[in-house]
Amino acid sequence: MPVEIDVDRVARLARLELTPEEKERLRLQLGLILEHAAKVGEAAADDVPPTAYAIARANVFRPDVPEPSLTHEAALSNAPEAEEGRFKVPRIVETGS
Amino acid sequence: MSEWETVIGLECHVELDTRTKMFCGCPNEFGAEPNTHVCPVCLGHPGSLPVPNEEAIRRIVKIGLALGSEIAPRSLFHRKNYFYPDMPKNYQISQFDLPICVGGHLEVELPDGTTSRVGITRVHMEEDTGKTTHGSASGRIHDADSALIDYNRAGVPLVECVSEPDMRSPEEAAAYLRELRATLEALDVSDVRMEEGSLRCDANISVRPSGSDALGTKVEIKNMNSIRSLERALHFERERQVAALEAGESIVQETRHWDEDAGATKSMRSKEEAFDYRYFPEPDIPPLAPASGWIEEIRGTLPELPRARRARYESDMGLRPEVARVLVANRASTDLFERTVAIGAEPKAVANWVTQDLAGLLNEAGTDARDSRVAPEHVADLIRLVADGTISGAGAKQVLEEVLETGDEVEMIVDRRSLRQVSDEGALGEIVDMVIAEQPEAVEKLRAGKQELIGFLVGQVMKSSGGSANPKLARELLLERLS
Ligand SMILES: [Zn+2]
Repeated sequence: MPVEIDVDRVARLARLELTPEEKERLRLQLGLILEHAAKVGEAAADDVPPTAYAIARANVFRPDVPEPSLTHEAALSNAPEAEEGRFKVPRIVETGS
Repeated sequence: MSEWETVIGLECHVELDTRTKMFCGCPNEFGAEPNTHVCPVCLGHPGSLPVPNEEAIRRIVKIGLALGSEIAPRSLFHRKNYFYPDMPKNYQISQFDLPICVGGHLEVELPDGTTSRVGITRVHMEEDTGKTTHGSASGRIHDADSALIDYNRAGVPLVECVSEPDMRSPEEAAAYLRELRATLEALDVSDVRMEEGSLRCDANISVRPSGSDALGTKVEIKNMNSIRSLERALHFERERQVAALEAGESIVQETRHWDEDAGATKSMRSKEEAFDYRYFPEPDIPPLAPASGWIEEIRGTLPELPRARRARYESDMGLRPEVARVLVANRASTDLFERTVAIGAEPKAVANWVTQDLAGLLNEAGTDARDSRVAPEHVADLIRLVADGTISGAGAKQVLEEVLETGDEVEMIVDRRSLRQVSDEGALGEIVDMVIAEQPEAVEKLRAGKQELIGFLVGQVMKSSGGSANPKLARELLLERLS
């Protein structure tokens, strides 16, 4: 049984505009993924605390020592558009971030 | 005003001045050419792996210890998701429900000399965002159909310090921010330059009827880039909210933007959907679990904090509380004071020079105390030369002005400007005799009891000497001859 999911809300959060057909397809697919994930909960015993990490490590740091950055050209090479040494993007519409 | 109570809490962001960014080895440097301090990690390229900067973690622990926070035995980084191109990953690595530093407080000294204790909710670690220019960088704002982004700042270590809503006036909020700034500066973790954005502050403010325990609807104010702006914005907002409530309107919970030129806060968004950042643990960064030995080692590096320093200046050096407060407000003044006293100058005299004449001149020139050319030797020499009568107080001020411009030695400037006072009794005596001979009328009246004429005669001696006479000695010599 797929887990019920609010596709409209998820689409809004992801800034995606979906057709009714896409919504229905994704509702089922995402529901199945969540159903699969929910099985982990069944397998985990009460004495296993929830975690977001696969390996039990902590305090992985790097020293505060500079390393080479990309060249300016390389940095901008993936930019769809650039101007005056900066990445150029469509006008920003405030959405409440 | 007394019918309403104001409730204020502050959220401050501090950029740490580590050598490198928070999660990559790019240089952390203000003012470089756009997009020259960027790499796959801070540009959010797929497959890149962020690794926390140990020095940044050390510094936030230091900040937490100075504020009396509990250093959490285990804390996590989270991804804060949002759609805004100032973070190329579309999320910011931040902390959510498990910050590094929990609780704490800051003792704040108010202008009237009383103190208050402002609670700290939490202090957490995150990364700064890139810098966005709307329209072209050359400033076509109005026909802007695009935005330009420089990611040099993206990924710079950023500490967020959230206070409890414990402040009750704009003045108290300003005092808190001053104390926080002085504390961070003493800790040597950030250059805390508000005008360059390395210290930023947002405020939450609400009002409620005096005596009420319930909190009013709060408004968040952004874009205040000096302590003075913070104070002005809070004054404006307090008046606005009280006026609205007294007119029977209700306060809308919203974010407002401080417009410095207009001297007003303005609503930023008309309709706001509650934003869902979908925080989730950053899977690429294992948890932080600072060992207690490491925390104690960091505690051992804590310097004397502003509050303790003020107390020491008052009790051991006899400075007045308001002088100690001004002196300790910024590290450049504190350092200059300490180093001048260390070479033998008298503390009270040094404090006066540093907090009054020098502070006044720096303020006039708009120079940051950290960029001043004035060295301890300059201050010590000025004090000595005024004390032994070589130069007058007014002359010393002229010298100080020139030190600020040139950094030259004090005695050199005194000679160049011929500011040495004639304090030699023989030389000054001749001028005094000459003035007495030239002003028989004034001398007659003075002898007849018009004591106020002594000022006039001293003035004549000063004039004849071209301003170089020691006025105190001139007066003594005149009185000696005329009594
Ligand atoms: Zn980088």
